[in-house]
Amino acid sequence: MKKLLNVLYVTTPEAYLSLDGENVVVLIEGKEKFRLPIHTIESIVCFGFLGASPALMGFCAKNGVGLCFVSPYGRFLARVSGGVYGNVLLRKKQFRVSDSEADCVPIAINCIIAKLNNSRVVIERAIRDHPGQVDVNALKKASTYIKNSTVQLQNCSSLEEIRGIEGDCAKIYFEVFDELILHSKDSFYMRGRNKRPPKDNLNALLSFLYTLLAHDVQSALETVGLDPYVGFLHRERPGRPSLALDIMEEFRAFFVDRLVLSLINRKQITGKGFTVRESGGVMMDADTRKNVLMAWQKRKQEKITHPFLNEKISLGLLPYVQSLLLARHLRGDLDAYPPFLWK
Amino acid sequence: MMVLITYDVNTETDAGKKRLRLIAKECVNKCQRVQNSVFECLLDPAQFSELRHKLEKIADGSTDSLRYYYLGKNWKRRVEHFGAKTSYDPEGVLII
Repeated sequence: MKKLLNVLYVTTPEAYLSLDGENVVVLIEGKEKFRLPIHTIESIVCFGFLGASPALMGFCAKNGVGLCFVSPYGRFLARVSGGVYGNVLLRKKQFRVSDSEADCVPIAINCIIAKLNNSRVVIERAIRDHPGQVDVNALKKASTYIKNSTVQLQNCSSLEEIRGIEGDCAKIYFEVFDELILHSKDSFYMRGRNKRPPKDNLNALLSFLYTLLAHDVQSALETVGLDPYVGFLHRERPGRPSLALDIMEEFRAFFVDRLVLSLINRKQITGKGFTVRESGGVMMDADTRKNVLMAWQKRKQEKITHPFLNEKISLGLLPYVQSLLLARHLRGDLDAYPPFLWK
Repeated sequence: MMVLITYDVNTETDAGKKRLRLIAKECVNKCQRVQNSVFECLLDPAQFSELRHKLEKIADGSTDSLRYYYLGKNWKRRVEHFGAKTSYDPEGVLII
């Protein structure tokens, strides 16, 4: 099994990244601040605007190190990827499957079943852990609704139906999400998802972490040789990594929602770390962002036994493992795509 | 695994100075320089034997020496630091 390598986050706005030998060198005002051999990391996420030298970009692309630029507030800007590599037969198979709705449906169903299951686990866990503090009836109702939808989903025959069920469940889920927040309810509340820009603290947090997750999933897909832009449930649109979004569905609740809830409920972040801009968008300050990134990196190092492979792996490798399983399914080694079901 | 590499290169001749430069360069490429001729490397065994091969090809066995200390997977509790020039933890959270 692949080893989970570290990720370098560059949050200083005036940092410039350059290459020296086989090292990334972080320059701040022209002075060397930090140096690190590139092969010990698997990706670099850069929040500054000064960017990186073309030599570094080339080296990263050649060595399979993801290099991704996001705005200081976590909005995705660009990523650097090298020439097309991986197995062309696998990619052509992926395109063919993506073109035929009948082939897409079973994969899409599996992804969404996992998504629904995993978001139900979040709700069920709140019922189990804090029965006195949450509205158990409302949560139970939502959980049952999602459970029934899962059954319904199995009989879907078109992508439209799947999207419909997914949308309904997401709405129900985010309606009760507010219940799961146990502390500082005046700074963190969920009144529906909104994005670009997020209009409240909770949405800002969710969007920020979803961006990081999308980056990880996309890199993982590229590692196994799949084209992240050709999806099965999400349709193609220029610049949208549809397949990464498909695979991400399984992980949203497990990786991001759960982490956000623990950060808030353990009071690791507070409402003070957020500011509202004139446009109505909410952004995090540097300290909060650092805390969130640290929690995110820690979470990725936790270990679980993968339910399908029965092998102990770091959480950070899950996107990679799922991409591998998807590639195996497309190649015909597996009859169906086994999504990640959280127990 | 974590390996500590240290070296001593005889620099009395120009060829020796060149060897020192080359060895230092190879080490900087793959490892963290913790002191002038002391490097900590987080490598897998394959990468390590590659590096080792490169270093030993450059070094001259009759005058120079290279030492490898294998600190293994639980290296963190085997390393302590005092004083200036603190190092970073390659397995920890890297935020700059």
